[in-house]
Amino acid sequence: MKKIFFDGRKSLVKRLVALTLTAMAVVSCMAFSVSADYTQDFDWRKYEGTTINVYNWGEYIPDGAEGSFDLNKAFTELTGIEVNYAMYDDNETMYSKISNGGVSFDVVIPSDYMVERMISEGLLQKLDFNNIPNYKYIADRYKNLPYDPENAYSVPYAAGMVGIIYNTKMVEGTPDSWSIMWDENYSGKILQFRNSRDAFLTAQVLIADQKGVELDTYVNTNDTALLDEAAAKLEEQRPLVQSYVMDEVYNKMESGEAAVAAYYTGDYLSMKDVNDDLSIVYPKEGTNLFVDAACIPTCARNKEAAELYINFLLEPDVALEIAEFLYYQTPHTAVLENDEYSLKDNKEIYPDNMDEIKTVTYRHQSSETLDYVGKLWDDVRQSGNNYTTIFICFAVAIVVIVVAVIVSKQQKKKRNNYD
Amino acid sequence: MKTTSRVYTALIMIFLYAPIAVLIFFSFNSSKSNAVFESFSLRWYKELFNDTQILQALKNTLIIAGLSALISTVLGTAAAVGIDMYRKKWQKSVVLTVTNFPMMNPDIVTGVSMMLLFVFASKLLNINGILGFWTILIAHITFNLPYVILSVLPKLRQTDPHLAEAAMDLGCTPVKAFFKVVLPAIRPGIVTGMIMAFTLSLDDFIISNFTTETFQTLPLQIYSMTKKHVTPSINALSTLIFATILLLLILSNVTQSRAESKLNKEIREGKKQKRGNN
Amino acid sequence: MKNNNSAKTQSEKKRSLSGILLSSPYLVWSVIFIVAPLFFVVYYAFTDRNGNFTFDNISKLGDYTGIFIHSIWIGLISTVICLVIAYPMAYIMARSGARRQKTLMMLVMLPMWMNLLIRTYSWMTLLQDTGIINNLISAIGLPRIHMIDTSFAVVVGMVYNFFPYMILPIYSVMSKIDNNLVEAAQDLGCNKLNVFRKVLFPLSLPGVVSGITMVFVPSVSTFYIAGKLGGPSNLLIGDVVETQFKASNNYNLGSAISLVLMVLILICMAVMNKFADDDTNMIV
Repeated sequence: MKKIFFDGRKSLVKRLVALTLTAMAVVSCMAFSVSADYTQDFDWRKYEGTTINVYNWGEYIPDGAEGSFDLNKAFTELTGIEVNYAMYDDNETMYSKISNGGVSFDVVIPSDYMVERMISEGLLQKLDFNNIPNYKYIADRYKNLPYDPENAYSVPYAAGMVGIIYNTKMVEGTPDSWSIMWDENYSGKILQFRNSRDAFLTAQVLIADQKGVELDTYVNTNDTALLDEAAAKLEEQRPLVQSYVMDEVYNKMESGEAAVAAYYTGDYLSMKDVNDDLSIVYPKEGTNLFVDAACIPTCARNKEAAELYINFLLEPDVALEIAEFLYYQTPHTAVLENDEYSLKDNKEIYPDNMDEIKTVTYRHQSSETLDYVGKLWDDVRQSGNNYTTIFICFAVAIVVIVVAVIVSKQQKKKRNNYD
Repeated sequence: MKTTSRVYTALIMIFLYAPIAVLIFFSFNSSKSNAVFESFSLRWYKELFNDTQILQALKNTLIIAGLSALISTVLGTAAAVGIDMYRKKWQKSVVLTVTNFPMMNPDIVTGVSMMLLFVFASKLLNINGILGFWTILIAHITFNLPYVILSVLPKLRQTDPHLAEAAMDLGCTPVKAFFKVVLPAIRPGIVTGMIMAFTLSLDDFIISNFTTETFQTLPLQIYSMTKKHVTPSINALSTLIFATILLLLILSNVTQSRAESKLNKEIREGKKQKRGNN
Repeated sequence: MKNNNSAKTQSEKKRSLSGILLSSPYLVWSVIFIVAPLFFVVYYAFTDRNGNFTFDNISKLGDYTGIFIHSIWIGLISTVICLVIAYPMAYIMARSGARRQKTLMMLVMLPMWMNLLIRTYSWMTLLQDTGIINNLISAIGLPRIHMIDTSFAVVVGMVYNFFPYMILPIYSVMSKIDNNLVEAAQDLGCNKLNVFRKVLFPLSLPGVVSGITMVFVPSVSTFYIAGKLGGPSNLLIGDVVETQFKASNNYNLGSAISLVLMVLILICMAVMNKFADDDTNMIV
C-alpha cells in the first residue's frame, strides 16, 4: 500500500515536470525571434569565439521579454562573441567595484557625471571610433557635453530629463514651476527624491531662476554658501513631504497616494501605463538632462570586441529596440526619424519646445563637496525630528532595566541566604 | 486551550502571509504595477519562462544558498560544540563577540570591507579579477556562521555534558560519543541554523553586490531593476516557488498521515487477529 | 582525593583542548574573514580621504546622536514586540505533534524566501492611505487610519522581517523541555503563571537570548525597511551609512559611524548577557 502511494507521488511529480516543460516549450515557440537587419559592409565576425563582460543597469536592455528582441542573444548570433552580463543598481556601486579593482568589465554604462569622474581618475579608455562607425547617428545635442567634451571616451546610450509628475485629479490646473513642490496645498502629497543630487537640483534650479543666474552655477557648484541656500530651501519643504523616495515612487503615484513627484521622464511613461490620470511637465525654471553613456574601462580585457558591442548598440534596428524598451529619450537620429518608433510623436518625452527647455547636465563634484552635501542632506532629513520623546523613553527603559537587574540580584542574594 | 492556540496560530499566519497574498495577487496583474490591479492575466508567467537571465540567476542563487548553508552548518556546529567546551569564560566571550560582528555591521560595511580584503588578497597573490563565484560563496558563509552558532549553542547549553562522558565511560570513543549522543540532542538547533543560513543567503543583496563579478544571483537582478520598474515576473517566480513548497508540504503531510493511519490500522487489525486467535 | 582532583583537572584540560581543536576551523575562518575586514573599517574610521590619521570622522558623529538613539530605540521596540508575539507561537509549535512541528516551521520560514524588496512593496500596498487595509476598514464604515510613513510602519516591517529569527531558536530549545518538569511543578501547587515564571521561561532562556541577539543586532543596522515604510521622519543609522558609502562616497565617515554603532550594540548586548547570566545562574 505504502509503495503504491509513493509511486503515485512520483508520477505526480513527473507529471508536474512534464507540464512545466511543455508550458516552457509552448511559450518559447511563441517567442519567435524578431529579425533585424544589420549594416552589411562591416566585419561583424572579426572577434568570433571571444567573450566580453558587460556591466549595465538592471532592466536596461531588451532581454527578449514577451517575444521581443533579445539584444545579447542577437549580438552573439551575429558576431560569435559570448556576453557575460551583470547588472548594478547605481553608479556608485559600479564605480567602487571598478576603482578598487578585482573585476574586469569590458563595457559599462555610467551616467554623465560618473563618466567625468572615471575619466578624471583614469578608469576609462579612449575609444577607437574606427571600430564604431555607427557613432555618426548620435544627435548633435548629445555631443560635446561637458562630461566628455571631446567625445573621446563615451557613446550616449539613453537620455532623459527630470520632470514634475502630477496627478491631474489631485492637482488643479497645469503646474509649470518647481514651486508646486513647495505648495502647502499639497502638504503630505509631495514626493521628493531620496538621493541628494536630484533633491538638491529641484531647490537649486528654483533659486537660480529667482536670482536670474545660470543653472550651472548653482547645480554644479562647489561653493558651500550656495549649497547652504539650497539646503535651507529643502528644509523649508521637509514638513510638506510625504516621503523621500526612489523606486517606491511607482507604487505611490500609480495608486494615487501622492499628488506630485519629481522623477525621470522614461519612468513617468511606465507609471502612466498604469494610471492614466498622471501627467508630466518640464518646469519653466529648467531641469536636469541626464545621459547614460557606454564606455570601456581600463580593466577591460577585450577592447576591440567591446567596441564592436558598442557599435552594435548603435545599429539603427537595435537602437530602435532599445528606445522602445527603455521609454527614455534616444540620442539616435535614425531612430528619431523612424516612423516605426512608437514614441516618435510622444509630446511628453519629446516636447515641442524641447530646445527652449533650459537644461543642465550634472558634473562631477569634488569629494569635499560630496561630503558637505552629504552632511547637509542628513541635516535636512533630520530637521524637525523631535528626538526628545525618544530620549526620554530610552532613559526610562534604561532605568527600568537597571532596576530589574538590581532587584533580581537582591532576590538571588535572599535565596542564597535561605540556602 | 486548544482553540486559543489555534486562533493564535491563525493570527500569526495572517500576519506572515498577508503580504505574500498581496504579492501573489499582483503576479496576475496585466499591468506592471504592484499597487493598482488592472485585470487578470498570465502575462508575467509567460515572461518569466522566457527570461533566461532570471532562470539562470535562480539557479545561481540556489547553488550559493545551498552550498553556503551546508558549509556554514558544518563549520558552525563544530565551532559551537568547541566553544561550549571552553573552560575559561573570557575565551568564550571573546569568540562570541567576534561571532556577533557580521550581524552588527550594516550590510554595506561588511560588503565593502570584504571586497577590499579580496582585492588586497588578489594583489598579494597576483590574481586578476578575483571577484566571482568563490568570493561570493566565502562572503555568504561568513555572514551565515553567526546564525548557525547562535542556534546550536542554546541546545548545547540544554544538553547535559555528562551524557557524553557517560557514553565514553561505557566504552564509546569521543567521536562515537559525539555522533551517538550529542548530535541527536542538538539536532533541532542544527536544523534551525541551517534553515536560517539558507534563508539569509537566498535573500542577500548588498554583500553579494560587492563580492561578485558576473556571477549574478536573483536578488542582484531584482534590486538592479529598481532604476526602472521591478517586473512582476519576480512576483510570478515567488508565487511559483511558494506554490511548489506548499505542494511539497501538503504531499509529505498526506503521505505521512496515510502511512501513520495505515500503521495504526495494521496494529488494530493485528490486535484483533490476536484476539481472534485467542 | 588529591589524585581524583588532578584527574579531574586533567580531563577538563583535555576537554578544553578538544574544544579549541573543534572550533579551530571556525577560529581561523573568523580571523581571516571577520576580523581582518574589520581592520579596513578601523583604518577608514581613523583616516581621511588621503590616508592621514585623524579623529575628525569620530568627532563628526555628535551630529548623529539623535539618529543613533532613534535606531536603537526602534530596534529595541521591534525586538520586544517580536519576543512577545513569537514566544507563544514557539510554545505552541513545541507542544504540537512531530509532523505539525515540521509544517509550522516551514510555514514560519517560507515568507522569508520571497524577496525582501517585493515583500516591502506588498507592505506598502497594504498600509497605504489608499491601501488594502484602509479600504477594508472604510468598507465597514470606520475612519481610515494613517499608518504608512510612520514609526509604526517601520516597526511592523522590522517585526515581520525578523520574526522567524526569534521563533526558531526559542522553539528549538523548547521542543526538548521535559513535560514532566511542568507537570511536577503543577503537582507541587504552581499555578499557570508560576509554572511559566519559574519553570518554562528560565528553561527556555538560552533560546530567548539567541533570539534577541539575532533580532536586535541586525535590526539596529538594517536599512531599506525604514526608507520604504517610514516616511520623512524615520531616517535610521543603516540608511545613513548606506548613503555615506554610496552617494557621498565617504568610506571614512561611513566606517566611523558603523564602528561606533558596533560599540553601542556591544554595550547593549553586554547588558543583556549580564542580565541573562544572572538568571541562568539562578536556576542552576
